[in-house]
Amino acid sequence: MSALRQQVPNAVVWLVLLTMPYWMGAVGGYTELASRVVVLGLAAMALNFLLGFTGVLSFGHAAYFGLGAYGVGMTIKYLVPSTPLGILVGAAVGTLAAMVIGALIVKLRGVYFAMVTIAFGQVFFFIAFRWNEVTGGDDGLTGWKRQALDLGFTRVDILGSDKAFYYLVLAVFAACVAAMALLLRSPFGRTLIAIRENERRARFLGIPVEQHIWLSFVISCFFVSIAGTLYALLSNFTDPRALRWDQSGNFVIMAVLGGMRSFWGPLIGAAIFVVLQDYVSSQTENWMSVIGVFFMLVVLFFPRGVLGILRRRLAS
Amino acid sequence: MTQLILFNVFNGLVVGAFYALMALGLSLILNLSGVINFAHGGFLALGAYLAYTLMPYTGFWGALVVAPVLTAVIGLAIERVLIRPLYGRDPLYSLLLTFGLAYVLEDGARFIWGAQSVPYPIPASLTTPLSTEFFFLTGYRLFMVALVAVAVLGLFFILNRTRLGIRIRAGTLDLETVSVLGVNVRVLRNLNFGLGIYLAGLAGVLAAGMLGLQPTIGTSLIMPSFVAIIVGGLGSLPGTLLGGLLIGVASGLTTVFLPSATEAVIYVMMGLVLLVRPRGLLGEEGRTQ
Amino acid sequence: MSGQDLLGKKLSRRTVIKAAAAAGALQLTGPFIISARGEQPVKIGLDNPLTGTYAAVGKNELIGCQLAIEQINAKGGIVGRPVELIVEDSTSGDAGTAVQKARKLIERDHVNFLLGNVNSALALAMADVSSEKKVLHVVPGGHTDAVTGATCHWNVFRICNTTQMEANAVTPSLIKNAGKKWYYITPDYAFGHTLQAGLEKACAKAGGTKLGADLTPLGTTDFSSYLIKAQAAKPDVIIFLTQGDDMVNALKQAVQFGLDKRFHLAGAQQELEPLEGLPPEARIGTWVFEWYWNQPNVPHVKEFVAAIKKKTGRVPTARTWFGFASTWSCALGANSAKSLEAVKIAKAMQGMKLPPEVALMPDTPYFRAGQNQLIPNLYVGHAQAKGPAGPDDLFHVDQVVKGPDIAGTLEESGCKMTWPA
Repeated sequence: MSALRQQVPNAVVWLVLLTMPYWMGAVGGYTELASRVVVLGLAAMALNFLLGFTGVLSFGHAAYFGLGAYGVGMTIKYLVPSTPLGILVGAAVGTLAAMVIGALIVKLRGVYFAMVTIAFGQVFFFIAFRWNEVTGGDDGLTGWKRQALDLGFTRVDILGSDKAFYYLVLAVFAACVAAMALLLRSPFGRTLIAIRENERRARFLGIPVEQHIWLSFVISCFFVSIAGTLYALLSNFTDPRALRWDQSGNFVIMAVLGGMRSFWGPLIGAAIFVVLQDYVSSQTENWMSVIGVFFMLVVLFFPRGVLGILRRRLAS
Repeated sequence: MTQLILFNVFNGLVVGAFYALMALGLSLILNLSGVINFAHGGFLALGAYLAYTLMPYTGFWGALVVAPVLTAVIGLAIERVLIRPLYGRDPLYSLLLTFGLAYVLEDGARFIWGAQSVPYPIPASLTTPLSTEFFFLTGYRLFMVALVAVAVLGLFFILNRTRLGIRIRAGTLDLETVSVLGVNVRVLRNLNFGLGIYLAGLAGVLAAGMLGLQPTIGTSLIMPSFVAIIVGGLGSLPGTLLGGLLIGVASGLTTVFLPSATEAVIYVMMGLVLLVRPRGLLGEEGRTQ
Repeated sequence: MSGQDLLGKKLSRRTVIKAAAAAGALQLTGPFIISARGEQPVKIGLDNPLTGTYAAVGKNELIGCQLAIEQINAKGGIVGRPVELIVEDSTSGDAGTAVQKARKLIERDHVNFLLGNVNSALALAMADVSSEKKVLHVVPGGHTDAVTGATCHWNVFRICNTTQMEANAVTPSLIKNAGKKWYYITPDYAFGHTLQAGLEKACAKAGGTKLGADLTPLGTTDFSSYLIKAQAAKPDVIIFLTQGDDMVNALKQAVQFGLDKRFHLAGAQQELEPLEGLPPEARIGTWVFEWYWNQPNVPHVKEFVAAIKKKTGRVPTARTWFGFASTWSCALGANSAKSLEAVKIAKAMQGMKLPPEVALMPDTPYFRAGQNQLIPNLYVGHAQAKGPAGPDDLFHVDQVVKGPDIAGTLEESGCKMTWPA
């Protein structure tokens, strides 16, 4: 019974995701908005691997997200016109950077960790921003397009069809989410949660805490850079703002908004955030105030996020 | 060439003094309350715009005195209402709150004062460069540096000689003990926040005279301030001051040799410092754990 | 200032929709009721900055669009249907957002026309989207050459000048007033790159030389280290190509340093918005304006100025005119094609002339066929601390340069247009 009850939320999430392109239009959305929700949902869930399940706050994840985006764009533009290869390169670049930076900062904790991650993220921002010849600088990286998928027996036109692209995104999302779920259920995942709950105790138990945090950071950045590659493919374009610190802030608010203690929380947070921003910014030029006040209200009144509240209701 | 380098070192010190003023305020709040105040740039803009609004009534000097105080008062109120409920919770929340607040402050400034730059006149006595040779040492810039020096001395005086300051410093080391000893920690944090915002407001008024006054004036200044704190050493105010000056000089010098790396160089510097000395140049052992 | 804001707010999307509804549109009845086809409003989507560095100029373009929409509706609309303006904030530098908003306007709102963007880079990125989706796109105020040059598209038209045209117009006066040795302070993105290239070309042709250049990122606040470099090169003139708030910061600091007493400070494109943000002593130098409100002898300009003043309390700027003329161009094109099909409108707009009440300048500006670039006159002159025609008169026109004289040839533009089969 309880096993069945556990499966219900999963079934609901997948059902909604699988059918999204078919009802988005009826509720005033568009297919691209659905793709954005899934892409940013993946980014928020990846961040939450570190934030919610290891208890370490990174405010610089946009850097790896952006590296993924530039990785895929530059691969297709300069090297090989292949979407899957681009995604692989993007993910590799983001992960490598995370390995190096992670090693530098793994001893810091709390706000200091957050602050240093922000500042390091800015290095990549300025490289993308000022290195015109390679990155296109402030103008962004243009002149490339996502390429049709060659599956051997058939070609899938993900450029011409928004829906086909959505399902590509969803397939990648599913693979990443499954991997994260398996990792969290493994002994390694349990150890991360132990560190989150009480780092000192974990240390006394002989767990190499720094190594675990480093690994968790790298894994989290790996998935966030995959999200970044999809984000660039979504608009056939990327620019330095994809890796600026305000983007990092958005990922964190998505995770908090949905509920960072729950697995699906960040996805729900991303959905709410993306739709809200899309709607508000068309309604008023003062959308920044609306989003800002929204941030503050979430922090002050819904710190556990949507799923946190739901769970409490169900429990009581 | 040597002249060019010399000029940029001087100029970097001037700009660095400005970063330091901003970073000191951030650092105060961070050290005592563990809050990274993302809205610091927003408060800076607020101080600048308040001065602009006051100027017709109070003149330049009046605005210089009154606007930072007003900004600090607004800061006190915001701390009381929005930030106080978050103490004791994960630092994540205060960070997100000030992140949202930064949006609101920037947009609010645009709503009230308009998106377009507004002219911010400074007295003629301060506008002229002192010599054609050292043209970048204008009266205003030297005045700014002098004022930053006064503010820094004042700050260290408050921290070392007054009861409030000593309590702030004690609280930074061990807030729990200070609380047990009968100090009202809420008031202490409130006043400390106000002090930090006062510095932001002052920086804003000074920036308005040097740069153009527009709603985004604070956003571009906040990141260098973070770097100043990290380079100088978390928890150390003299370190923050040093960090501010250093990054000012570093980015000034980089303009001479590799202009496109002007912004990135301070982050590279930060990386190097963290690599060699993780607690920062003057940071205390153990603060970052 | 706040008056303008309130007005800008008041005239946001909501009000426009209401106005369109009053004009017979059934927009407010919801998406499930399909109204008679003839009564559906024609939609124009404006994807332009309302926040960030270009917020002020973006807003002025919006106001120009709004005035044009009112006039078009009063004169019978587009192909007999009322017109509705849908506004999206593209932000000032975030091309990702601009692209997203363009797709949203096209895919969800099904706009018939797309307008934007102030930022050249964003204009180029939007043009990729609009040409992919085959939507008629007018760029009001993004100047980089490529928009109607190397990456021109059959569906993308432009009102403001190319950077090369601005450079050609202003260079003779710069050489005459300021000297031959130039140092550039250039914003580091598409607009700055091509404007500097254009000036270098024009300057070399006139016998001038380049002593150096610095690329400054958009949003730079402190220009002191760049100015130190510039003065060390000992040029005759420091050329400021920055725009918006960056122009304000750069010029303000240069004048504070007393550089105006040692060199000429000048540039190419200048606008009323930054001049208003500058202290009086920094309103100096030779520049080119693309439109100016104080043209006492040109018909219809007075009415236009009065209408904008009634809306905002301020005089129109070149940006207001860009927005106004681009919206009217959509209407003129569609009405002369008697169709809303992008290809037919684009064909009708080849060589199309702007009537005097839209042109608002001497001579007749026209869209050059094969390039889709408007060829208007340019106003070369100098900034002034205070003008005879009131506090808004901050520019003195020394010479009206005729567009065809400086536009170069179609071949030089590099545009090779391909039409859909």
